[in-house]
Amino acid sequence: MNCEKQFMMLKRLQEMEFVAIELNLYLDTHPCDTDALNDYNCAVEAIRKLKKEYESEYGPLMNFGMGGYSKEPWQWAMGPWPWEL
Amino acid sequence: MWIYEKKLEHPVRVSCPDVKFAKMVITQYGGPDGELSASLRYLNQRYSMPTDNAKALLTDIGTEELAHMEMIAALVYKLTDGATCEDFKEAGWEGQFVQHDHGLFWTDANGVPWSAKYIACLGDPITDLVENMAAEQKARTTYEHLIACTDDPCVKDTLRFLWEREVVHFQRFGEALNEVQEWMCKSKHVWCGHEMRKEGK
Repeated sequence: MNCEKQFMMLKRLQEMEFVAIELNLYLDTHPCDTDALNDYNCAVEAIRKLKKEYESEYGPLMNFGMGGYSKEPWQWAMGPWPWEL
Repeated sequence: MWIYEKKLEHPVRVSCPDVKFAKMVITQYGGPDGELSASLRYLNQRYSMPTDNAKALLTDIGTEELAHMEMIAALVYKLTDGATCEDFKEAGWEGQFVQHDHGLFWTDANGVPWSAKYIACLGDPITDLVENMAAEQKARTTYEHLIACTDDPCVKDTLRFLWEREVVHFQRFGEALNEVQEWMCKSKHVWCGHEMRKEGK
């Protein structure tokens, strides 16, 4: 199975989510840093966009109604799973 | 509540399967300083933290550690992909094959099963945050040992990412410790069992 395109799209999302994780932990101990807060909100915006693009190709990234819509048939249960990619 | 995200925090790839290294890296799955221990330690300590920032930090790092546990699982999965009984025997990991085949199991590098003994929670925020800082250093050191034991650049990339996270978590726990200490001084709080109470009340 050639998943290179999926892998690359996911990588962009992983990079932006890494930015958000770092800023999130930093803000937990520096809640009044407005620059970091603005950067965090920018990351949220970018992640939203990347997630939407990814999900329209490969289905929901999250379960229980927290991810995007599913096409038919039920995309959540389709591989490859993260450890297979 | 926790929601699953159908992706890894950072890509996990291997150049080729390596059962011998899988036997070593499994310690970050089910060993004393592994990612399961870390996640459960932090998520479990949230309830006795006095400040909202400390509660947030333990929630967030505890959640990130779950993602690291998944990365280690993916790494072991890929390192043992297609391995035969002979491959396991050659790697000296036949016990894994006999009892679990290609299934994952929570052990350290010596096959010792995971235990709740690896988790500390004294209910004192200073004690617990210092414990967490030590835990991050122990995990960092273990990753350094593991990085020294492999030549695979893909595996090194995964381990370096996880190594870096230990350094950042240590830093953040140190800041949380300072904040909790300041909070206890400033508002004249004294430690009184499971609750923080104002002096004189």
